Amino acid sequence: MRKLQTLLIGIVVIIGVLFFSARYLEKNQGYASDNIVTIYNWGDYIDPSLLKKFEKETGYKVNYETFDSNEAMYTKIQQGGTNYDIAIPSEYMIEKMIKSKMLEKIDPTKIIGLSNINAQFLNQSFDPGNQYSIPYFWGTLGIIYNDKFVEAKDIQHWDDLWQPALKNNVMLIDGAREIMGLALNSEGKSLNDKNTQDLEAAKEKLTKLTPNVKAIVADEIKMYMINEESAVAVSFSGEASEMLDSNKHLHYVIPSEGSNLWFDNMVIPKTVKNKKGAYAFINFMLQPKNAAQNAEYIGYSTPNEKAMKLLPKEITSDTQFYPDQETMSHLEVYQNLGQKTLNEYNDLFLEFKMYRK
Amino acid sequence: MTSTKRMYAVPYFLWLLLFVAAPVLLIVYQSFLGINGQFTFANYTNYFTSATYLEMTVNSVIYAFIITLITLVISYPAAYVLNKTKHKQLWLMLIILPTWVNLLLKAYAFIGIFSTHGSLNQFFAFIGIGQQQILFTDFSFIFVATYIEIPFMIMPIFNALEEMNPSLISASRDLGANSVDTFRRVIFPLSLNGVKSGVQAVFIPSLSLFMLTRLIGGNRVITLGTAIEEHFLVTQNWGMGSTIGVILILAMLLIMVATGEKKRKGGEKTR
Amino acid sequence: MKKRVKWSNFYLLLVFIVLYLPIFYLIFYSFNQAGTMSQFTGFTFEHYRTLFADTRLLGIVLNTFMLAFLSALLATAIGSFGAMAIYYTKKREARNAILSLNNILMVSPDVIIGASFLILFTFLGLHLGFSSVLLSHVAFSIPIVVLMVLPKLKEMNDSMIDAARDLGASNWQVIRKVIFPYITPGVIAGYFMAFTYSLDDFAVTFFVTGNGFTTLSVEIYSRARQGISLEINALSALVFLFSMILVVGYYYISQGNLTKKQRKIRQEQSEVADLL
Repeated sequence: MRKLQTLLIGIVVIIGVLFFSARYLEKNQGYASDNIVTIYNWGDYIDPSLLKKFEKETGYKVNYETFDSNEAMYTKIQQGGTNYDIAIPSEYMIEKMIKSKMLEKIDPTKIIGLSNINAQFLNQSFDPGNQYSIPYFWGTLGIIYNDKFVEAKDIQHWDDLWQPALKNNVMLIDGAREIMGLALNSEGKSLNDKNTQDLEAAKEKLTKLTPNVKAIVADEIKMYMINEESAVAVSFSGEASEMLDSNKHLHYVIPSEGSNLWFDNMVIPKTVKNKKGAYAFINFMLQPKNAAQNAEYIGYSTPNEKAMKLLPKEITSDTQFYPDQETMSHLEVYQNLGQKTLNEYNDLFLEFKMYRK
Repeated sequence: MTSTKRMYAVPYFLWLLLFVAAPVLLIVYQSFLGINGQFTFANYTNYFTSATYLEMTVNSVIYAFIITLITLVISYPAAYVLNKTKHKQLWLMLIILPTWVNLLLKAYAFIGIFSTHGSLNQFFAFIGIGQQQILFTDFSFIFVATYIEIPFMIMPIFNALEEMNPSLISASRDLGANSVDTFRRVIFPLSLNGVKSGVQAVFIPSLSLFMLTRLIGGNRVITLGTAIEEHFLVTQNWGMGSTIGVILILAMLLIMVATGEKKRKGGEKTR
Repeated sequence: MKKRVKWSNFYLLLVFIVLYLPIFYLIFYSFNQAGTMSQFTGFTFEHYRTLFADTRLLGIVLNTFMLAFLSALLATAIGSFGAMAIYYTKKREARNAILSLNNILMVSPDVIIGASFLILFTFLGLHLGFSSVLLSHVAFSIPIVVLMVLPKLKEMNDSMIDAARDLGASNWQVIRKVIFPYITPGVIAGYFMAFTYSLDDFAVTFFVTGNGFTTLSVEIYSRARQGISLEINALSALVFLFSMILVVGYYYISQGNLTKKQRKIRQEQSEVADLL
C-alpha cells in the first residue's frame, strides 16, 4: 500500500505539472475564444509561415487541425462536435458533402480574387459554378520512374506497366479508384465507367499485372521511390514533385491516353462558427503572393494564374506538373459513382489484392 | 454485505454498459444495415458466400496463429530469465519502454533497416550473401508484428512467474525433482494463467493488425483488420465493416472459451 | 550451473537488442544532415533546433503525456476494482461472461472503437476535445488492467482474507490492508500497460478528438502524407531518453524507499501467508 501511495502522489504531481505547463504554452500563444478560425486540413499542407502571416494581418488566431484521409474528415465533420470554419477536401468528397448538405454556400460577393484562378479549374462537375468550393491545389495521377532502371521511351503509357521487364518493380498507390481507373484508361474506357462488364475486364487485366507489382502502399511510396526501392510507381503529382526534388533520377509522366485530374478545394462546412474569419482565410489564400508562396513550399500545382506568374519559370514551364492543353483535355475528374458502383470498384480491387497471395 | 462489497465496482460496471455493451449493440445493429440504410442480411450472406472474404479470414487466422506462436516461444524464456535477474522490475519496465515510441515511426525505422539499400542488405552485401528482397515478404511482416507484440506477451507471463511461490519450487527440489521436472510439473502449470492472458492479448490484435500489412507487407497480407479499416474509412460501407467486426468479436469469444478456465477437478474452488 | 546463467543472460541481451534496434536507428538518424532516414551524410543538431522552435508540437507533447498519465490512473483504479468484482463473482458462467465483455474492447479494431465512441459521444451530446479523448483512453485501457490484476487475485490466498474477516476487519479494511498489498505488482503492471496503450493509440483518438486538442500520434500520422520529417525523430529521441530517465529514476527511488527492515517484514508476511 505504501508503495502504491507514493506512486499515486508522484503521478498526480506529474499530471499537475504537465497540465499547467501545457496551459502556459497555450496562453503564450494567445488563444481567446471569439477570434479563432478553425482550419481542417491535410497534415503539413500549408506553409506554416503563411498561417502566422494570416494571424498578423487579420488579427485572427488559427486553430489548425489535420486529417489523413477524406473519409475520416467526412466522418468527423458529419458527427459535429468541433466548429470547423474551413476544410480542404478533395473533389469527389466535396460532391458527397454537398449531397449530404454539409457545406455552406459561398457568397460570391464576399470573395475577393476569384478571377485570379485559371478558368479551367472553375465550374467543375463536382461543384458547378463553384457555389461551395474554391480551388486550393490541383494535380494528376501518373507514373514515376527512375531513369537508372527504365528509359523514358519505354514508359509513357499505362500499358507500359505490363511489360515483363518490370517484373517485381512496380509500386501502386493503395486506392481502388486510382488502380481500377488506370486499368480502365488503358483500355480506352472512362475512369468513371459504371458498366460491370468493363469493371470485371479491368480487374482481369490487373491480375495480369500481378507479377510486376512489388507492393501496394500509400504515402510511403515517396520514401520508397527516393530510396530507389522500385523502378516505377503509380502515384499523385503532388507526391511526385517531392520525390523529384529529392532524387534527380526520378521523372513523372502523365499517360496521354487519359488519367485522373484531382482538386483539393477550400470549403466552409456547416459547422462554421466564424464565417467572417473563414472568408478572410479564403481571400488570404487567393492572393497571388500567398498562393505562390504556398505552392513553392508544398510543391503542388496551383490553380492561381496570377500566382503562377510569380513562381520561377522552371516550375511553371515544367510539363510534368503543368501539362499542355492536349494532355489536359484527356484528364477526367472522379465523379461520385454512387455507393453501389463504388462497392463494385472496392470489391474488385480487394480481389486483385488478394489474388497476389 | 454484498451491497457494500459491490459499491467499489460501480464505475467498472458502468463502463461495461456504456463503453462495451452500447458500442457492441451499435455494431451488431449496423451489421444488419445495407448501403442505403435498410434492414438486411445481405452483409452476412455476402461475407459467407464470398470466396475472397473467406480466404482472407483463413489467411488472417493463420498469420495471427504464427505471430502468437513465435511471440510466445520468444517471450516465455525471456520472461523466465527476466524473473531471475537481480533488478527484475527495472528490466521489465525497460522491456515495455520501446512501445512508447510511436508505432508508425518504428515501422519507418524497420523499412529503413529492411529496404533494398537498407542496413541489413548492406550487411548482407558485406558478408557476401548479396542483396535480398526482405521488405514486403511474409518474413518481414511476421518479424515486425512479433516485435510489436513481444512486450504484451512478456508482461503477463512475467507476472505469473513472479507471483509463484519460491517455497513450492524448493519443496519440489527437496522432494528430489530435478530442475527439468520442477519446471514441467510445477513452474509451467502455475504460469499457465500468464500464458493464457498473453495469448489473449496477442492473438486477436494480430487478427486485426492493419497498418503494418500495408507498410511492411505491401498489402500482400490482408487481415480482417485491413478489411474493416477499408470499409470504415475508404468504402464507407459501415454495414459490411461492422459485419466483419461482429465476426471478430465471435472469434474472440471462441478464443476465450478455448483458453478460459476449465472446470477444476473437484468442482469449484470454495471461498 | 554458472555457465547456464550466462547463456540465459545472453538470450535476454539478444531480446533487448532487437527491441531497441529500431529506436536507436531512429535516434541515430535524428542527427542526419540529409533530412531522410536512408543515407547518413553528416552530423547536425538542426532537427533539434527546429523542434524547439515548434511550440505547437511541444504543446502537443505535454498534452499527450498528461493524457497518458491521467487516463492510465483512472483506468487502473476502475480496472482494479473491476477485477476484484470479477474475482468475487461466484458463478463461473457469469464470471466468464463478464470477462468476455471485458475483452471485447481489446480485440475490436481501433477504427470500430473510434467510430462507435464518436457516435456515442455525439449521442450523449458531449463536447469533443480533451474530455472525450480522456474518456475513450480510460475506456480502452480498462480491460488490460483487469487482465493484469486478475491473475494476482487468483494467486491470492483466500484464507488470509477469511482470517482478517474473523478478526473483525471491515470490507474496506480487507481491501486496503490485505488485498491491495497483495495485488500491487499487478496494479503497477496494469498502470504501465494502460499508459502504453494511451501513448500508442492513434485511430480512436483521431475519431473522438476535436476543438484543437491533438495528441502526438494523431499529429505524426497526419504528417505522414508529406513524409515524416526528422524533427519527429528528434522529438522521439528526446521523449525516449526522458522516459528512460524517468523509469530508471523511479526504480531507484522506490528501491531506496524499501528499507531492509521493510523487506524482511514483507518476506515474513508472505511466509506466514504460505503457512496459513
